[in-house]
This record gives sequence, C-alpha cells and structure tokens, in this order.
Amino acid sequence: MENLQLVLPEIFLSLSIMFLLILGVFKKNSSRLVQSLSLAVLIVTAVITFNETIGINETKLFNNSIIIDYLSSLMKIITLLAAFLVLIISSNYLKTFQIFKIEYPILILSSVLGMMVMINSNDLIVFYMGLELQSLALYVLATFNRDQIKSSEAGLKYFVLSALSSGLLLYGCSLIYGFTGSTNFNVIADQLNSNEYALTFGIVFILVGLAFKISAVPFHMWAPDVYEGSPTSVTLFFTMVPKIAALTVFIRFLYVPFLNLIDQWQMILIFLSIASMLFGAIAAIGQTNLKRLVAYSSIGHVGYALAGVAAGTNDGIQSSVIYITIYILMNLGLFSCLLMLKRDNNYYEKIDDLSGLSKNHPMLALSLLIILFSLAGIPPLAGFFAKFYVFKAVIEQSMYFLAIVGLLSTVVAAFYYLRLIKIMYFDEQKEKYDTDHGFWLKFSLTASTLLILIYFIFPSQLIEVVSRINII
Amino acid sequence: MNFPILSSLILLPSIGALFLFFTKSDKKNNFTGKYVALFTSAVNFFLSIYLWILFDPTTSEFQFVEERIWIKDLINYKVGVDGISILFILLTTFITPLCIISVNNSIKERLSEFLIAVLIMESFMIGVFCSLDLVIFYLFFEAGLIPMFLIIGIWGGARRVYSAFKFFLYTLLGSVLMLVAIITIYWLNGTTDVVELYNSGVDIKYQNLLWLAFFSSFAVKTPMWPVHTWLPDAHVEAPTAGSVLLAAILLKMAGYGFIRFSLGLFPAASEIFTPLIYTLSVIAIIFTSFIALMQEDMKKLIAYSSVAHMGYVTLGIFTIQQQGIEGSIIQMISHGLVSAALFLCVGVVYDRMHSRLINTYGGIVSIIPKYSILFMLFTLAALGLPGTSGFVGEFLILMGAFKDNFLVAVIASLGVIIGAAYMLWLYKRVVFGKLINTDLKQMFDLNRSELFILSCLAVPTLVFGFYPDPLINTIEVSISDLIDQYNFKLASKT
Repeated sequence: MENLQLVLPEIFLSLSIMFLLILGVFKKNSSRLVQSLSLAVLIVTAVITFNETIGINETKLFNNSIIIDYLSSLMKIITLLAAFLVLIISSNYLKTFQIFKIEYPILILSSVLGMMVMINSNDLIVFYMGLELQSLALYVLATFNRDQIKSSEAGLKYFVLSALSSGLLLYGCSLIYGFTGSTNFNVIADQLNSNEYALTFGIVFILVGLAFKISAVPFHMWAPDVYEGSPTSVTLFFTMVPKIAALTVFIRFLYVPFLNLIDQWQMILIFLSIASMLFGAIAAIGQTNLKRLVAYSSIGHVGYALAGVAAGTNDGIQSSVIYITIYILMNLGLFSCLLMLKRDNNYYEKIDDLSGLSKNHPMLALSLLIILFSLAGIPPLAGFFAKFYVFKAVIEQSMYFLAIVGLLSTVVAAFYYLRLIKIMYFDEQKEKYDTDHGFWLKFSLTASTLLILIYFIFPSQLIEVVSRINII
Repeated sequence: MNFPILSSLILLPSIGALFLFFTKSDKKNNFTGKYVALFTSAVNFFLSIYLWILFDPTTSEFQFVEERIWIKDLINYKVGVDGISILFILLTTFITPLCIISVNNSIKERLSEFLIAVLIMESFMIGVFCSLDLVIFYLFFEAGLIPMFLIIGIWGGARRVYSAFKFFLYTLLGSVLMLVAIITIYWLNGTTDVVELYNSGVDIKYQNLLWLAFFSSFAVKTPMWPVHTWLPDAHVEAPTAGSVLLAAILLKMAGYGFIRFSLGLFPAASEIFTPLIYTLSVIAIIFTSFIALMQEDMKKLIAYSSVAHMGYVTLGIFTIQQQGIEGSIIQMISHGLVSAALFLCVGVVYDRMHSRLINTYGGIVSIIPKYSILFMLFTLAALGLPGTSGFVGEFLILMGAFKDNFLVAVIASLGVIIGAAYMLWLYKRVVFGKLINTDLKQMFDLNRSELFILSCLAVPTLVFGFYPDPLINTIEVSISDLIDQYNFKLASKT
C-alpha cells in the first residue's frame, strides 16, 4: 500500500470539488455558501499540504509517477494561497456582472487541482493529465461572462490555440517515449542518449507547449486577447496562478530528465527569455487598455523568471521561484487597484481612466505608484530584489548577454510604467470612483503594497524559504 | 557599539516624512507640516555637525562604521564615513532645510506631499554617501530617482512630463549597467563590501569593462558631455527647490562615485581611461560654456554652467594628484552652495515676474538692491573670483592638472575665461542696464525667508573662500591615502 497521506491534499481537494458541485446543484441560491466553502477548502488544503509534506524528504509514489518534495510542496502552497486571494477579491466584481454563480469557485478549484497534479508530476502522462485538467477549467473561466461577446471570443481563442499547443506537447511526449521507452522522468534520464537528435525535437515540442502555457514569446499571441476579453477577476487568475504550475513543470521537466542535455535546451530558454523580456517591454508601450498592458507586462515578467531557469543552477531555480512569488504579490496589488476603478456598476479599464487619480483617490494612487515602481524594478521595492536575484544567478554563469539585455529591457519597460504614473499624477482629474469596496479588496491592496514597500527590511526570510529547493 | 549616528542620519528624514504622511493635509496643517519637515531636517543638520566634530581627520580609516546582517550570506548593511564622504553628508543636511524654507514662495499646491518627497530624497542621498557596500550604494543611488521624478513631474513647469521622463530613463539606463558590474564583482570576489574590496582588489582582467559599466552610470549622473542633455531640461522644468536639490546634491553623487569606486576599485582601468575622461571634461568645459553663453533662459544658463563646472570636477579627480582631487571635492561643495544659491536667485525673480527669460529683466538694481548684491556675490563665486569658495576649487584642480598634463590644463584654464564671460554677461543683462520693462517696478525686494536662505549660503561661500582649511583638513589624509593605495595597486599589478 502506498503512503496515501502524501497525496491527501489532492484527495481532499477532489472530494471537496465533488461535494461542492452536488451541494450547488441541489441547494438553490447557494452561490454564497459555495464560495465560502471553497475558500475554506483552499485554506484547509494548504494547511494539509504544509503539515503533511513540507518537511519530508523527496518521496516518489505510484510507480514513481508522482514526486513529493520541497519544491512541489512550496509551489502547491503558493498556488493555493494565490487562488484563495483571487477568489476572495473577485466576489464584488462577479456580483456586479451578475455572474456570481456556483460554477466560478468550483472551476477555480478544479483548475487548482489540475495545477497540483502538474506540480507533483514525475511522469509525462501524469503531467499531461494535470495540464489538461487545469486548461479545461480555464477555458470555461475565460468565457464566464458569456453574455459579453468579448468574453466568449477570449474563451474560444484560448481553447483553439491551447488545444493546438497541447497537441504539439503530446507529440513531443510521444517522440520522447519512442526514443527512451518510458514516460517516467527518472527512467528517461537514465536512458538518455544525447546523440539522438529526434530526442531534441521531442524536448523542443514540449518546450513549445509549455512556453505557450506560460505565455512566453513567440508563443504569447493568445495572452493579450484572452486577458482583455476575460472577466477581470479571471484575468487576475490567469496572470498569477497557472504561471506557478507551468514554471514548476518547466523546472522539473528540464532539470530531472534532461539535465544532461543542458547545452541544447539552454539556448532555447535564453531565446525565450530574451524575446519575452524585450517584446513584453516594447509591445506594452502602445497599449491603451490596462488589461492588455498587464498582459504584455506579464509576458515580460515571465521572461525574467525564465532567465533564472536558464541559468542551470539551483541558485537560478531559487531566484525564479522568488521572482514568481514577488511577481504574484505585485500583480495582486495591481489587480486590486483595477478592481477598484468602478463607478455606477461599471468597471473602467482604459489607461485614460486613471487620469488624475492622485487628486481624487490619493491612497489608491499612492499604492498603485508603489506597485508600478516595483514592477519596473526600482529599488528599494520588492521588484528590484526579484530582478537582482535572477540576474545574480545569471551572471554567476557568465551569461552577460542575457543579463545586459534583460536589464536594458527593464529601462524600456520602465517607460510604460512611468506613463501610467504620469497619467495618475501629472494629468487632470476626472470623475471620482466609488469608494465602497469590500473589506478583502482593500485588505489585499494594503497588504500587497505594504509587503512590497517593506520587503527590503526583511529580505532574508523569502530566501530562507526557497533555499531548501534542491533539484540538481 | 555606540549610538548609530549614521543610521540615524539616514532614518530621521524618513521618519519625518512618515509623520507628515499621517498628518491631515488641510490648509492649516500644511503650515505645521512645514515646521515638522523643517524641524526634522534641522535636527539632521545639527546631528551631522556633531558627526563632523567627532570625526577624526588624522586617519583614512572608515569611522562610525555600522555593520548588520541584511541578506544572509549575501549582503551586509554597512555604513561608515571617511574624509571623502563626510563633507557630502554635511552638504546634504545643510541644503535640505534651506530647500524646505524656500518652498514658502514657490510651491502652491500639495505642499505636504512635496515635503515628503524632499525628506525621503534626503534619506536616500545621505545613504548614498555613507554606504560601504556596493549593493546598498546602488539601492540608494537608484531609489533617489523616484522622489526626483515626482518632484519634477508634479510640481514642474510646462514641459515637466517630457523632462521627468528624460531624467528618469537617462539615469536608469546608465545605472543598470552598473548593476551588472556590481553583481560581477560579487561573483569575482564573493563580496560587495567596499572595505574588503579595497584590500583585495579587483581582478585586472575584468577591470576595464567594470570601469566602463560604472562610468556609464556616473557619466550620465555627473553629467558629462555628451550625455548631459537631460540636465538642462530637468533643471528648467523642476520647481526651484527641485533644481536646488538636483544641482547641489544629486550631481555630486557621481563625482563621489568616481572617487570612491572608479579610483578606489579599478586603478588600472582608471589609468587607461584617463585620456577619455580628460577629453570629455575639456569638451564639457569649453563646449558647454559656449552653449551657456547663448542661452536666453536663466535657469538653462545656470544648468549649462553646472555641466561645465562638473567638467572641472571630473578633470580634477582623474589627475590623481593630491591637489586635483582635493580641488574636485571643494569644487563640488562650492558648486553645491553656489548653484543652489543661483537657482534660488532665479526662483526669487521668477516668483515675482513668472518669467525666466533674461530679456524680461534689466535695470533691477535700483528696485531690489539687496537681491542684486547677493546675486552678484554668487555670480562672482560661480566664475571663481578669489575670496570665494569657487576659486579654491578651480585653482587646486588646475594646479593638479598642470602637474599631470600641460595641454589639458591650458585648455581648461581658458574655460575659466568663458565662464567669467557668461556669468558676468548674465548679471549685466539682468541687473544693470536701463529699466525698459515697466512691470518690473512692482517687484519687491527679498522677504525674510529669502534673505535668510541666501545669507546662509553666502556665509560658507565666503568663509571657505578665504579660509578653506577646515575642508582641506578633513579630506587631506583620506585623499593622500587613496592616492598611495592607487599608486601601490598600480605598481604591484603591472
């Protein structure tokens, strides 16, 4: 009998999803109840994960197809907490559009379950299963506001393109299986013969699929449209949660079976990273819609996280985990601000709608100012440290080109962040926005802003948390 | 461990800013807000004077050193001062209260936010001058961009957006390369502690590239020709207090950086690149002086004269002569006082007439005599008349330059003449001549706060002009030790 305790979080989560679904179907008007229960489920799952798995050594279950180690536990906890925050701040938005339904929390839970399976996976089949589970839930979430044509378009676009990339990914898996005779990561690592060029093709196909999921250039085309069309609360989910799982799979997939082929995939990752950083920075300049702008900025940030992965060291992996954590924090703050731009049951998402915000809503503008400077990577805010660790890992591997291009693209990116600040602070004011936001929205904005602001006082804590990640 | 005086100097203004942040900003409280800001910065000034008294000028060791673990196994928070940095700290704490007094006349809206920005700026700038770790230095160096961007952008003139963006992006672009260099140094030496790096030295193979990376940052910040173009824009559009901070303190961060890091860490590279610095400095001195001659906007003229003066500073630093470097530091202090005063002088007439154009004025000597006298004093100090602090700096720099390179020194000396030309011509056109514009008759002379600020700046300008010993005594030992180290490292490696 395998030790089921270690997969208790996943078991608990899947049982809860089924229970909540039944509850939602049989009990009328239970969306508020399901929402609260889902929040509780996420927290409980996080607690179980923390209790059961965070302290243990690397363990493999079910014919070595699932791996439980520090990296997977940590990433699962981050995923769960991020999903919790998304869920809790999105209720007002959903109510405004009258889409506060039971499906929303359940879909989020299902996609989180898929992500947890992805994070755990030590086998191509398990990994693919998790990926599809999370993607299916995400397609539906993207179309969640089905009365709006843009939302439906976003979901459809996402579905078609994502299916294509899944196909490529699956083709890559089959190539790898064909040349190594197994889908298990460890067996693949043992069977690896670097002279097989077709194997490299397999890696490339899988990387393409993964790059699509994490929206790295040149596989980013879907991101701006989907981010713009989806309901804002779903966009928030898209920009934060799936990226954690995808990044973990990136790390696991490249560093467990294919560490010996590092020369071959490192080039690809460096390209992905540089292309994302530069393209994200340049393309964001011309945007007029805040959600599109955020989409391009998230493409850029993914580039920085991938730069850490490209370094090929434990330091690099740790730095990318730090990067993605801080990025999630900043994004949370940014979207909390977006969700506050509401007037007469209407949400505003044009850049010009920020005009003169500092006069009407000084605290909101100040928070956004801090978050934007942090996103631009200006010290002493948290965003600077995220970039600092990544580039430290990169430079230690003498990858100067990557470091210099990356840092120069932060200058380009600074331009569009500054533009937002300019509009808030230097331009004339417009009408006021509503101020009766829910407690949790205010809380998430305040908490994320404060954490970004005072991160420099306690920089060691986060490092200590990630320093136990040990893949190589 | 004793009282952490340096950390207090860094923290105090920020605490004041925090206090201001939590006071409500209606009209009446703006008034108290100003006194809070003034009080904090004044306390900081007296604290720094106390620091100067305790400071032991007979050693080149770092004093008042504080070290704490900051990022475990990576970076320690380390601050300390030596003869080179202490004067800049004094300059910062001296200029900031004057800036705060000066807002009375120029800043009309969002006063308390402005004061918060100024106080936070002070914190960052003191941090720059006393940090003894490269990462901490970078942190403070870059962080200063945020308040300055807002100062120019929110309270600036008509083209403030363009200027604020130009300022921010120019400096950021220069600085990111320095970050690459700092991480590379960490990778090479396993530490970013400046004192340890002084002792161990940096691998000679990498020095040239590292030097260039630091140079790119400092050259933009100094600013040196040809990357000086952000400065006139930033100065012209910034409010008076912003211009003062920019000219008096921000520009000095780069000069300080050249002495502390370029000379201290990369002697071999500095030796190689000295001709480059000489060329750029001489071009800055001659070329921007001619540009200044042709300006019609008073602030722009003074901004270009700043570029020329900073040209002398970089020239003096890279002579690697005792006199040259001493002269550079004194020139920086003096320029801090004089350019601050000149910008304030422009601010005084601008507040009354809302014009910075030179041809608006003329013949105001009979209308506002007190102003004219003080303005003349600072004009003369800017052109380096003996008896003012400007003379001491320029004279020492040129002396150092003559020892090192005759040709460069001769050309630089010619710059002094052009400098005299544009400053005196400015003064003549603004103050003397016939009173043509009759609106000028309504101008009133300096009010109490303006008189106080300008006199505060005039006193050290004159005192250090006649008696520069306190300054020289403070920096002498540190500089001679720096030069010894420099020559020693150079000799031992080649």
